[in-house]
Amino acid sequence: MSTGEYFEQQHGLDTRRLERVLAEALARGGDFADVYLEHRQHTSLHLEESLLKESSEAVALGAGVRVIAGEQTGYAYTNELTLDQLLEAARTAAAIADGSAPARNINLSPQSLPNRYGVERPAHQASMSEKIEFLRRADAVARAADPRVREVRASWNDEWRQVVIANSAGELAADTQPLFTFGVNVVVEADGNRQAGAKNFGLRAGLEAFGVAQAERLAREATRQATTLLEAVDAPAGELPVVLAAGASGVLLHESVGHPLEADANRKKLSVFSGRIGERVATELCTVVDDATLPGLRGSANVDGEATIPRQPTVLIEKGVLRAYLQDRLSAKLLKMAPTGNGRRQDYASVPIPRMTNTYLAAGDADPDDIVRSVERGLYCKAFSGGQVEPAVGKFTFSLHEAYLIEHGRITRPVKGATLIGSGIEILQNIVAVGSDLVLDRGAWTCGKEGQAAPVGVGTPTVKIARITVGGRQ
Amino acid sequence: MKQFLALAERLLQEAQTAGADDAEILLQESTRFSTRVRQGTVETLKEATARALRLRVFVDQRVARASSSDLRVETLEGLLRRAVERAWLASQDPFAGLPEENATPPKVESLALYDSQIETLTAQEKIALAHETEEIGLSLDPRIRNSGGAGLSSTRGQLWLANTRGFRGTYRATSCSLGLHLLGQEGSSREQVSDSWFSAARHWTKLESPERVARTTVARVRRHFGARKVPTQEVPVVFEPLLAAELLQDLFGAVTGEAIYLRRSFLADALGKKIAAEGVTLVDDALLPGGLGSQPFDSEGVASQRTLVVENGVLRNFLCGSYAARKLGRKSTGNGSGNGEAPTNFYLAAGRREPGEIIASVDRGLYLTRLLGQGVNLVTGDYSRGAYGIWIEKGQLAYPVHEITVSSNLRGMLEGLEMIGTDLEFRDQFAAPTVRIAAMTVGGR
Repeated sequence: MSTGEYFEQQHGLDTRRLERVLAEALARGGDFADVYLEHRQHTSLHLEESLLKESSEAVALGAGVRVIAGEQTGYAYTNELTLDQLLEAARTAAAIADGSAPARNINLSPQSLPNRYGVERPAHQASMSEKIEFLRRADAVARAADPRVREVRASWNDEWRQVVIANSAGELAADTQPLFTFGVNVVVEADGNRQAGAKNFGLRAGLEAFGVAQAERLAREATRQATTLLEAVDAPAGELPVVLAAGASGVLLHESVGHPLEADANRKKLSVFSGRIGERVATELCTVVDDATLPGLRGSANVDGEATIPRQPTVLIEKGVLRAYLQDRLSAKLLKMAPTGNGRRQDYASVPIPRMTNTYLAAGDADPDDIVRSVERGLYCKAFSGGQVEPAVGKFTFSLHEAYLIEHGRITRPVKGATLIGSGIEILQNIVAVGSDLVLDRGAWTCGKEGQAAPVGVGTPTVKIARITVGGRQ
Repeated sequence: MKQFLALAERLLQEAQTAGADDAEILLQESTRFSTRVRQGTVETLKEATARALRLRVFVDQRVARASSSDLRVETLEGLLRRAVERAWLASQDPFAGLPEENATPPKVESLALYDSQIETLTAQEKIALAHETEEIGLSLDPRIRNSGGAGLSSTRGQLWLANTRGFRGTYRATSCSLGLHLLGQEGSSREQVSDSWFSAARHWTKLESPERVARTTVARVRRHFGARKVPTQEVPVVFEPLLAAELLQDLFGAVTGEAIYLRRSFLADALGKKIAAEGVTLVDDALLPGGLGSQPFDSEGVASQRTLVVENGVLRNFLCGSYAARKLGRKSTGNGSGNGEAPTNFYLAAGRREPGEIIASVDRGLYLTRLLGQGVNLVTGDYSRGAYGIWIEKGQLAYPVHEITVSSNLRGMLEGLEMIGTDLEFRDQFAAPTVRIAAMTVGGR
């Protein structure tokens, strides 16, 4: 049964009824309305202490109705997908506009969506025992890899989300969005010193994109990371040159550059990039792209949360010049700019806001080894454990999980307990070398904004930043 | 409500018919209103009632869970049936199961969790409060002209819990919050400074006034004007209450039963040992009247209590749900969340020093005003976060600093917690007074 058929057959919500809900939503004079129907099935499995401790299945069902009037948004949602409840939600959301309007005729026409997920074997239909085997193998491999392994946690999550989005512009989009995540977490202990390593993996794809061999590889990687940290020395403190390794460390750019480029922050002048389109904001080496059209990554999308289909990559910064913001429908209209398909929402209970999808720094032409060789004393960052940015001020903070000292052009000792702090613009103006080795990471990145979580992709080639403030203890 | 209980009874019975030894059903209903007013305009207005059900089934010392916001009976029956089947795939675990005993929970009335005034407030009244807060905030300082908005939210809800051991419990709760985010810009500088403040309470009349929220926000933004960088050095650090409360949030993760049996805490082997300076007492108190984390029983139906976690520097207790308690040979402290442990009201008991006296005691050091990022490793205790603050010179707040990091290890920070303020206030589930930590590395220029 297709997604459209699911809502029609299970809940009686056919096109005519959605048109009625939209008309009701605009009865007080709003400019725009949409309805978002969602049915999500989620399975998770969790192994720790070599025991499959639990499994769970979750169902989320709900509908959200939004009305936009000028800069104002009214929103209401319900868990009961009946026409009456949807009309009630429409009336609640409509109250944001306080006038009246002549009845509007809305004719929904189905949009034809691209297919960027390419699922062959949907994970939610696979047997539990197949998924349990991933966890058991990861546990066995991590424990066999090193005698200092004390604890292993492994988890599997898959999600199958069916959504229908209908709006007063007449657009009707139905999408089925797969997502799976595998994670392994290892604690090692030696002479009273305890360290943790973590690796995860996630795609918008089916089970054909994962297997026991990958589970085992991730388990070995997490173990290696944890045992490496046993040897780690305290990180230095002060201003240092920093080299970001290709791949996962692109999350630094997600935080420091991506968030301040979201259009809502810019139209409210709450970003350091407000009003600066066309200005040089970075060195010529920097081209930053957001691309939902890439196949199967966590941020990939056939359609965003408000029926806009991302048609091409969005070049945010081109050779150092600011070109575009990440737009949702509301911001694009108020800024009189083109929508980019970045209006995402966590679920039916959430208002769409501009969000990143897959964001990366484009490849340059430097040799990654030469980049490391050019550093006399600095840090080489492979993995971060998390970060935060304040778009208005532009300042960001990043916690390093796996990093090494660079001494005389060579990667030497691992360091622990370090934080990077700085401003996004400063980073962009201090990028002095960009490698040719762009890697789009496949880690299970989840971005948070205004309480809404969204899966995203990050990536970068090897990059040299001339200096960042490093907060260590040495 | 009757309808909900009847549904729970029916599902519990069906679980047993399907072969479950035990089962537990938790239902929650909540009505939430939220609005954000920015530059005098209502930016968003959101209102909804949501329902969700969670269930656990136990078969032969194996467990499975399910949850749903689709409360149609056929959906729930399907989830229940599949949960019983799935439980057989789990490993047998002698520690799995419902809590052995459900002591009588405290009287809900004594906890003061519900304010009926929140039912009757109109949207207009609530929007007006947000308007007023922002308007005052934007009128106090010509350098503060931009706003991230004033937010107001209110929630009222009810929870029902039933299990096959005969536990039946329900309680209602309300909460509301008012917050403001402002930005400032000085002279022709392109650089903005920003800060925010909020007030949250279970009772409408306990919420801080718009005037107070606005004035506090403005004072907090002003503190950032003209910030400098400082060189890297090791100095005493004073945490203001809001930031000391963030430290409590980190420490909570290190004293849960789950963190201990998984050895994911730097305190894994520290029970009964001195882990903090004299005078450090950490408490988790679910019985605090009107507390934002107060509850009569936890998500497994275990009666709430007050738990002394650290007493005068000595680690006395871990916070456990029934599973972690059985694993560690302890008793549940009523912190079960259905999945690991959750805090109730977790706080550092007030000390004897006036906050001003604590600042005056520092010859050269840092008064922290904001922390950023997630640089806390509970396995090792390593602590390294981005920060803003005010530099202290000869006991006086001298000038603001930014783009710095503060680093140490939680073990050392607890031992160095040498002064504790009198100014304990509960504005969240985590609370602490002003504290002085003997030494941390401030990373800067």
